[in-house]
Amino acid sequence: MRKLAQLQDKTSSKITGKVGVSRKHESADKHVTGKALYIDDRPQMANQLFAAIGQTTIAHGLVKSMDLSKVKVAPGVVDVLIATDVPGHLDIGPVFKGDPVLVLDKVEFMGQALFAVAATSHEAAVKAAKLAIVEYEEIEPVLSVKEALSKQNFVRPPHTQKRGDAVSAINASKHILEGKLKIGGQEHFYLESQISSAEPTEDGGMMIYSSSQHPSEVQKLVAEVLGISFNKVVVDMRRMGGGFGGKETQAAPWACIAALLANKTGRCVKLRLNRVDDMTLTGKRHPFENDYKVGFDEQGLIKGIEFNINGNCGYSPDLSDAIVDRAMFHSDNAYFLENAHVVGNRCKTNTVSHTAYRGFGGPQGMISIEGVMDDIARKVDKDPLEIRKLNLYGQNDRNITHYGQTVEHNILPMMINKLENDCEYQKRRTEITQFNKINTFLKKGIALTPVKFGISFTVQHLNQAGALIHLYTDGSIQLNHGGTEMGQGLNTKIAQVVAQEFQVDIDNIIVCSTRTDKVPNTSPTAASSGTDLNGKAAQNAAIILKNRLIEFTCEHFSVEQNDVIFSDNQVHISNVKQLSFAELVQLAYMNRISLSSTGFYKTPKIYYDRDKANGRPFFYFANGVACSEVVIDTLTGEYKVARVDVLHDVGDSLNPAIDLGQIEGAFVQGMGWLTTEELIWNEKGRLVSNNPATYKIPAIADMPEVFNVELLQNEPNAEATIYNSKAVGEPPFMLAISVWSALRDAVSSVSDYKASPILNTPATPERVLMAVQQMKSL
Amino acid sequence: MLKNKIQFLLNDRLISLSDINPNTSILQYLRSCTGKSGTKEGCASGDCGACTVVTVEYAGGDLRYKSLNACISLLPSLHGKQLLTVEDLQDGDKLHPVQKAMVDFHGSQCGFCTPGFIMSLFALHKNNPEPEKAQTLEALAGNLCRCTGYRAIIDAASAAKNHGPDQFDRNKRNTIAALAKIQKTSLLKLSEGDQVAYSPSSLSELTDLMLAHPNARIIAGGTDIVLEITQMMKSLGTIIYVGNVPELQEFEESDAQFTLGAALPFSDFTPSIATHYHEFGEMIERIGSLQIRNQGTLGGNIGNASPIADTPPVLIALDAKLNLRLGNKNRIISIEDYFIDYKKTSQQKSEFIQSIIIPKAKENSYLKVYKISKRFDDDISAVLAAFNLVIEDDVVKSVRIAFGGMAGTPKRAIKCEKELIGKPWTQASIENGMQALEQDFTPMSDVRASANYRMVVAKNLLQKAFIEITQPTINTGVVQYA
Repeated sequence: MRKLAQLQDKTSSKITGKVGVSRKHESADKHVTGKALYIDDRPQMANQLFAAIGQTTIAHGLVKSMDLSKVKVAPGVVDVLIATDVPGHLDIGPVFKGDPVLVLDKVEFMGQALFAVAATSHEAAVKAAKLAIVEYEEIEPVLSVKEALSKQNFVRPPHTQKRGDAVSAINASKHILEGKLKIGGQEHFYLESQISSAEPTEDGGMMIYSSSQHPSEVQKLVAEVLGISFNKVVVDMRRMGGGFGGKETQAAPWACIAALLANKTGRCVKLRLNRVDDMTLTGKRHPFENDYKVGFDEQGLIKGIEFNINGNCGYSPDLSDAIVDRAMFHSDNAYFLENAHVVGNRCKTNTVSHTAYRGFGGPQGMISIEGVMDDIARKVDKDPLEIRKLNLYGQNDRNITHYGQTVEHNILPMMINKLENDCEYQKRRTEITQFNKINTFLKKGIALTPVKFGISFTVQHLNQAGALIHLYTDGSIQLNHGGTEMGQGLNTKIAQVVAQEFQVDIDNIIVCSTRTDKVPNTSPTAASSGTDLNGKAAQNAAIILKNRLIEFTCEHFSVEQNDVIFSDNQVHISNVKQLSFAELVQLAYMNRISLSSTGFYKTPKIYYDRDKANGRPFFYFANGVACSEVVIDTLTGEYKVARVDVLHDVGDSLNPAIDLGQIEGAFVQGMGWLTTEELIWNEKGRLVSNNPATYKIPAIADMPEVFNVELLQNEPNAEATIYNSKAVGEPPFMLAISVWSALRDAVSSVSDYKASPILNTPATPERVLMAVQQMKSL
Repeated sequence: MLKNKIQFLLNDRLISLSDINPNTSILQYLRSCTGKSGTKEGCASGDCGACTVVTVEYAGGDLRYKSLNACISLLPSLHGKQLLTVEDLQDGDKLHPVQKAMVDFHGSQCGFCTPGFIMSLFALHKNNPEPEKAQTLEALAGNLCRCTGYRAIIDAASAAKNHGPDQFDRNKRNTIAALAKIQKTSLLKLSEGDQVAYSPSSLSELTDLMLAHPNARIIAGGTDIVLEITQMMKSLGTIIYVGNVPELQEFEESDAQFTLGAALPFSDFTPSIATHYHEFGEMIERIGSLQIRNQGTLGGNIGNASPIADTPPVLIALDAKLNLRLGNKNRIISIEDYFIDYKKTSQQKSEFIQSIIIPKAKENSYLKVYKISKRFDDDISAVLAAFNLVIEDDVVKSVRIAFGGMAGTPKRAIKCEKELIGKPWTQASIENGMQALEQDFTPMSDVRASANYRMVVAKNLLQKAFIEITQPTINTGVVQYA
């Protein structure tokens, strides 16, 4: 007979790891000891094969012939896969068609996957993949937004958001300004490059290990390329070495190719992209080229604005429709645009297909309106902060966005005032103006910019999540949810939620790897929604189980519901009996109570009528304010971020340490996007900044010299989110716009603040120096 | 005596390797041959630090801990050393103080870069138990983290201060004894098929090998050449590893000059050079990362003949000399005559750089060195400028100006110098000099900078040097040095 575990600890003690405490990351000890397993660290299977991708060497054209004979006989090569070998779907476009897993005949960007090699070692596969002899019929590539616009070369049709009559309002304004901003893209540079591993199963299916933010989509696409039903594919995802949006859709191709090769060879296949190949083959943050025309009064109050938001989507739609939409949704940032006409174009170019990246188009919309604020300020000779405050959304009026959503619970004006005082903005502004008068070569700049970021997937059906909790008879808990851990601390936060619900120590809970056979049909862990959605789903599962236990207790001990209280690792029953949590679970098991439950959640209130460009796409807004101070060298364009102060709104924090880490990390990543991270494609369409020697993400000394980050206190989310917290992944990324704005402020000082410099991004030392020259030449 | 194996300590275990491809990196060896997967590959080019490991050498009566990039370090460099990886730091159940601090201060998020950070921090704390913030930043400049924004890591680094002896201190005597047992005075050979690596242990062995293998690739730090293996997927053929040749590790300082062995790693001589040539020292701290400078050498930086190497322009401005050796003959040439064309030098077959001779500063001389790059640390120069001037009675008595990144080789600005030599040290002369740079150089546009920016900056750097020399109280740089 099966014997239940002997239970040791019956004492009551305050639980560890409840919500609201700075609990360490669930894998922290494993991270620092090297024990945390990433996919490449998993033990190899017998007969393991390694795959590599054969890439195209032109940006646009047709494959005339492909000779793979040298590839096939290269040392270690076992098999080669081409498009016509794919038994199922060739197209793995996530939303719309357009992404062949391997090129059939048409080449649309340089580096595109043409074939794949399986060999006995990673090195052998990579070497062999370079040996193909391919003849092409080249077609002139489209490589710029300008050219795509003039040819109306779009991956998806344009979309317009409109309120009032912008043209008339602009024309009737005292002042009119026009401008253009080129915004660079961004390489994700997750430290763990893309990787997937596939193992054939006895059912003709596949077991997939994928470093993916979207295991359910990997499952679907692997099944589709193999031409098998979804239930034969299981995807397991324990942790990613960073994602940032770059493993939302971009992880799937490598899983599909590994699966196709595993299927063809009957052996386990691992496909890991070397860094250069990863940077060449996977999509990035969209570069944008936005232009505006704005009309405003003497005070600097905007009367009307026209925005053309032009995203460079690369060769295929991927997620670009939603990304350009989000840029449009955030072209107001925190400001009331009474008469607005916002057009979003999805430009098709012959580069890699650009994709999700932290902020998902929001940053490119937001930086444009922040640039407008600075430009207006120079025109009316005022401090840009004054112009920003003047144009903010109101509390009871001037509080509806240009897409029809009311800005509720508007705490941004309060936050701006608080940070302005806390960081002594006005005093420092005076000191900086004085410094700039005295100093010829060094100039300082300061800027305080807000962030209002909409939380929810703008595609409604994605706003759902599932979870699965098992209670075992020793009182330990396995927690599964549909979200993926990429370092953001999602598993930790959700374990805290479940610890809180059951009132047990967090050490009792193991968050298992995310698996499609545990929680099916999940949404990507994206849009900052991981905790909001999966936290609620896990809470739902926990509450179901808890209620089941309470119901059982009531029956078993003949007490009322209110008599059963879970606290301090104990279950107190009507003040007469006290059981440890584990004892109750054992008792329930002996009485044949189910100890496993799923949970589910869908976000309420949200909708968007895209035909009318009107609705409430966001459940709520997350807010933040940052003030950055920079110093620039007007002889070289070099600069340093001297000080940054941040006040950020996470509602009631589930884990302040993790939230702080998200805010600081997002800020520095945003700063990298706007300063040193420069993507350069040459005239042939080749990405030349394709490695970390030429593409520079922030290093440790780039962190602001003074970096004060504070969580806004005592402002719970007014919406009923998980413990009234707010999403934190993306919103603070855009706080870094303050660095760009401060750089423009410093450059503008060269013209005695009379002119607003053109400073396209990234604002490399070169661009800063050119902007300084522009100011000097006025 | 030729020995066909290399020996090192993998933590406390003696490893002897013989039949192994010498193109194998330490990272590949760790991950494929030892099953230790804690050390990660982030870039395989020495740029991200995820693969950082620590080697321990017995030198000067003590153990010296050095961080390095396992992805671009080849196995022969391990001979006679101890190799420590992230798996070795835990002491029983107890986390090492640097590990504990990283946990306590929330220094890891995705965790992929973390083992590298841990090892860099570990090396820092072994050499310097109470590092200043600037030293922490220097030690970690070659470790990229994409998640945290670094603040938590810096906090962890300072919190790990003041810890007592760890297991490595306790084992010190054993480690020293075990390292002493490894024979370091033999010629070593490691081979698999046609891939052969030799590691000579004396200048004469090296000389003979160079004569016998005129097409062999010399590797000291290997921080550049190994990229041919990891990035271009090549094999190097015959390799001669020179890190064990004592004559190439020499450092001599006299009243008149420094003599630096060609294979002396940057981090070994930087403090001495920095004491004498402050700005040269500051610039060297911006070459690669500490991991790179622990491996990379002055000889390598010169021998690669890259137009964007950082030290050659400074050495040209200082009129440094190279001591080249071919067979048993040495010749001394001006470094300026070494660089002939893009990646082409006057070095002959079988010849190698034995040492570099750097003259000390003359009276009334000024050395100004500027490195311009997108990122401050661990970046390759768009432009590197070196100005070496002697100014007496407000007249330019002597001038040597050289630039990197402005031509196919590191190159002197002869026309610019002509506008300055013998001329009054005035703004007018400087402006003539700035103008003359347009005759000296026709820079290129590439991934790092446009031709226009390079030219504008080159001119402005001369202006900057003038301001800094004439008005030393004016602050003209955005980065302050201690």
